[in-house]
Amino acid sequence: MFTVFSRIIHFGFKNFWRNGWLSMVTVLIMVLALLVFSGLVLFGVVTDKAAASVQDKIDISVYFKTNTPEDQILDIKQSLEGLSEVKSVEYISRDRALQIFQASHQSDVVISQAINELNTNPLEASLNIKAKRPDQYALIADYLDTPNMTSFIDSVSYAKNQVVIDRLASIVNTVTRGGLVLTIFLALLSGLVIFNTIRLAIYSNREEISIMRAVGASNSLVRGPYMVAGIIAGVLAAVISLIVAAPLVYFVSPYLKVFIPGLDIFQYFYTHVFTLLLYQLAFGVLVGIFSSFVAVRRYLRN
Amino acid sequence: MIVFQSVSKVYNSHAVALEDVDFRVNPGEFVSLTGRSGAGKSTAIKLLIGEEKPTKGRIFFGQYEVNKLKDAELPAFRRHIGVVFQDFRLLSMKTAYENVAFALQVAGRPQREIAELVPQVLDMVGLSDKAKNFSNELSGGEKQRVAIARAMIHRPEVIIADEPTGNLDPFHTYEIVKLLEKINQLGTTVLLATHDKEIINLLERRVITLDNGRVIRDEEKGKYILV
Repeated sequence: MFTVFSRIIHFGFKNFWRNGWLSMVTVLIMVLALLVFSGLVLFGVVTDKAAASVQDKIDISVYFKTNTPEDQILDIKQSLEGLSEVKSVEYISRDRALQIFQASHQSDVVISQAINELNTNPLEASLNIKAKRPDQYALIADYLDTPNMTSFIDSVSYAKNQVVIDRLASIVNTVTRGGLVLTIFLALLSGLVIFNTIRLAIYSNREEISIMRAVGASNSLVRGPYMVAGIIAGVLAAVISLIVAAPLVYFVSPYLKVFIPGLDIFQYFYTHVFTLLLYQLAFGVLVGIFSSFVAVRRYLRN
Repeated sequence: MIVFQSVSKVYNSHAVALEDVDFRVNPGEFVSLTGRSGAGKSTAIKLLIGEEKPTKGRIFFGQYEVNKLKDAELPAFRRHIGVVFQDFRLLSMKTAYENVAFALQVAGRPQREIAELVPQVLDMVGLSDKAKNFSNELSGGEKQRVAIARAMIHRPEVIIADEPTGNLDPFHTYEIVKLLEKINQLGTTVLLATHDKEIINLLERRVITLDNGRVIRDEEKGKYILV
């Protein structure tokens, strides 16, 4: 039993090596397919990050009447944080609001002077609410619309931005879902490319297979080495495709950073390189084995 | 041990390759199967090794009924015979040594047994110094000798040779026939399909003659007779 097994592995390596050109071409095509595959994985990271950064920009600001006591505002803040839809609530006091306003208008002499003229702080205290998902803002707005809230609230920014928020929400949704569909489709495509490449490689070996059968080789002795060759090809392709991808990702990374701040795709790449290698190996080797198994079957019948 | 019982083979419902063929080969015999090109010799051999199934009739090899064997059972059956093909059928990705060793490897024989037997057999066919050559580095005669070495190394009960000298010059033809006779002397049954009249007349052994798919003659000390 062990003899057969070790012979299969021995033949697998020898055949792969001696079929030099054919093996190389097969690996090359698999590298291309795997590049598509890892491109998809990275694409998923980019879309996730992009979606998250857009979502982060969306929020509701609730402005309180100037006579509202701070405790009251903090109470409302707590009750909001208790809602399952709410991700975070930031309290900006009237003083803090003034500070921010002054800082952002430092260079404008007229406004700075106008502020100094005033004796009282005209700005209102506010609560800045971020939801977990953009489609939840309507719920939060409704929550704020109850009488015991509206007595303290002067205005809520949601009403003005509702259209924009809803539109952004649906864009984020579409992109995420579309990205998933695209990923599945292209993963299937690259799998099919690998499958057919291996099928062709084994087709070109059909004569050898029939000779082996004529001499009395069992099905496993015929099929085994081709599956081993499929594994070798899968492993080589996985490693080579990552080596090729690295400089590509490095090159693209700064451009992506401009579009989506906070996204260092190259950093993601090298911190996750072993995970990516594992995905590639799994995909490449599994498709390689499966393809070899199926492709040889045709020539094992008479 | 080899029995053809009313065997017919028709391709595509109109090309009759064999018709009602009956014969029997006993252990230790040396039988030549002869006839013109297209008489049905190669077809008979293909049916015997299970490469194709007869349209009618039964074929027996020892305890196997060849026409009833399933695809999965064929490899085990084929390990009982050694076949030499006209087009050599060597594995192009293996050296001469590896081609011969392969016959033992498929039978699951251990490595040290293979390392012992293969050089012996290569020596017997006179190819010791070409052991490391690939088939594209061998001449026709050498390739055929490798094929014979491969066919006999696992000591099959029967060696079936389908026009083994078809691509060879007279000198190598003679060598191959002598080799087959030697193998037969050692106890192996030999079934030789050939249309070479020199071989037939040289051998003076049993000859079964086919013509248009039918057995027309079966003689103990046959001679090649132009029909």
